[in-house]
Amino acid sequence: MFVWFHKLASPPYFYRLAGRLAPWLAWASLIVILAGLYGGLWLAPPDYQQGDGFRIIYVHVPSAWMSLFIYVVMALAAAIGLIWRMKLAHAVSAAAAPLGAAFTFLALVTGSLWGKPMWGTYWVWDARLTSELVLLFLYFGYLALHRAFEDQRSGDRAGAILALVGIVNVPIIHYSVKWWNTLHQGPTVFFGARADIAPSMYIPLFIMIIGFMLYFAAFVLKRLQVEILSRERHTAWVQELAGKP
Amino acid sequence: MTAQPSPALTLAARGLAVWRGDRCLCRDLAFELHGGQALHLQGPNGAGKTSLIRVLTGLGRCDAGEVLWQGEPLRRNSAGYRAALAYLGHNNGVKLGLSPRENLAAAGALMDTPASADIDKALAEVGLSESADLLCGALSMGQRRRTALARLQLSRAVLWFLDEPLASLDVAGAALVNRILKTHLAAGGMVVFATHQALELAPFPVLAVKLGTPA
Amino acid sequence: MNSAALVRRDLRLAYRRRGELATPVVFFIIVTALFPLALGSEPQLLRRLAPGVIWVAALLASLIGQDSLFKNDYEDGSLEQMLLSPAALEWLTLLRVLTHWLVTGLPLVILSLLMGLLLNYPLDSLDVLAGSLLLGTPVLSFLGAVGAALTVSLRRSGMLLPILVLPLTVPVLIFGAAAAERAMQGEPVAAPLYFLAAMLVLAVTLAPFAIAGGLRVSLES
Repeated sequence: MFVWFHKLASPPYFYRLAGRLAPWLAWASLIVILAGLYGGLWLAPPDYQQGDGFRIIYVHVPSAWMSLFIYVVMALAAAIGLIWRMKLAHAVSAAAAPLGAAFTFLALVTGSLWGKPMWGTYWVWDARLTSELVLLFLYFGYLALHRAFEDQRSGDRAGAILALVGIVNVPIIHYSVKWWNTLHQGPTVFFGARADIAPSMYIPLFIMIIGFMLYFAAFVLKRLQVEILSRERHTAWVQELAGKP
Repeated sequence: MTAQPSPALTLAARGLAVWRGDRCLCRDLAFELHGGQALHLQGPNGAGKTSLIRVLTGLGRCDAGEVLWQGEPLRRNSAGYRAALAYLGHNNGVKLGLSPRENLAAAGALMDTPASADIDKALAEVGLSESADLLCGALSMGQRRRTALARLQLSRAVLWFLDEPLASLDVAGAALVNRILKTHLAAGGMVVFATHQALELAPFPVLAVKLGTPA
Repeated sequence: MNSAALVRRDLRLAYRRRGELATPVVFFIIVTALFPLALGSEPQLLRRLAPGVIWVAALLASLIGQDSLFKNDYEDGSLEQMLLSPAALEWLTLLRVLTHWLVTGLPLVILSLLMGLLLNYPLDSLDVLAGSLLLGTPVLSFLGAVGAALTVSLRRSGMLLPILVLPLTVPVLIFGAAAAERAMQGEPVAAPLYFLAAMLVLAVTLAPFAIAGGLRVSLES
């Protein structure tokens, strides 16, 4: 097990492994997402209150889920990078962050688009949307800090510390915003599965989440390949790969 | 005040490589330094003397290899290593809002509080007795450098790191640095310094590490 | 190591450059005074907005003060000496943040009483307003210090610091303003104050590690 772990952390090995896995994952994600969309947009019955408008949850909920999932992945990778000084882990954080920000943005946009037919306004200070907004700011902070350092390794470690501080804060932010929301009696949105929801409605939702995860995995592996090449550009194996003597 | 003579002290580097962005400052650098010896880092501007000295103190990070103090890699006994070293960098580490005397007292508070007689003695040695109670902001660059030199003397560190110690010092100041270093070496201490000019440290052995021209 | 001597040194330095340290306090007063100009001076309206206005102004003011937390030390080389001293860096940063709060955060707490009066905040609830700031501003100091440590070596640190730190301060703002608001309406204030106290405990115990780590990264090159 440990040997395998060690081998995985070796950049040339990982580079080739990622190159082999990424296309499979990409195709799988495409198929799963198409299946999920078919299930969500055609097979699932319209909601008895919201009509066809509810179908945006098939993008919104998976995006929101991914936005948090990716932040957790980032923080875990950051911790591994800081504790075991594994360079590859920092590359994972750096590769995942822009994707996480994109999913967060997508969750916000779909959430506000859904808000229009529901409450007649594009933005309500709903607890979940507000948390998503703060999460987007956290991603911005990480990206800004990571890019501000001239030396990439310093940027990696600084970003990792920020990501860890952020992950400690995410639950606190979430619960404080929820508390604030009940205090001010804001409108509440029922995203996601309710107890009375039909299986034909929530099964496509899970399929979509799986599809998004596969897409994330494929995309991160591709980005990781680029990160590895740029970080290891002085090493013999990259020079060889690039066809230099 | 300075260390007991002890030839058992060892600072060593093994297979050290330091990169600065896309540039390799050194690779496979190795040396071994003992008590009573000095190490001179040489090289033109931009060759990486400062980066290397920071790696040796533990402030900077190396990309390969390791620095060993008493045979132990730095990461393992870093508090012990920090207690054994003193560092004088480009910036003096002198607060302009404090007088030299206050600066030394504060620097001492980071270790354990020095007696005020020791502070007076260190100040006298660097020729600052007269301006000991003026704010450093009102002193010349050379006098601030002297304050930092006094801090070096006040510390009980055996291993000194000096980055361009002669910067902004006059002829008398340069002689002072020579004298202080010799006293330290005579007491069995070790010195790692980076300068353009050579320091007159005979009869003590001075090892040299030459860093290449920036590529 | 002599902690008391270090705190005394920081206080002495702070006293000698008190003009610089007054900036956040003046900023706090001016920002608070801008709101009536923008929103109108109707006493009922001001009273309703007072908790939020004072809290937002205090948050921004304490953030402004944080940029200078390690900057001077970085520029004159004292920070290198701090990192290379045998003392634990986490402890040194804890001392530093608390001293800095004493000279920049505490004045905000005291001044908030005056600002409450300006904004027609009820007199008998002023203790809760000041209490919420007393618990909350040290948390802001610690969060700001994390950002200051991570950005101390960067040229654009002044721009970057708020982006890093402001999202993290959301819970402090929510509970702080809620406490002040509930006091005004005669509702129980224990819950938000307890939350603030809990966050303070968390900040005191965890933040020094992040701050020390940030300083080490910043001084690497």
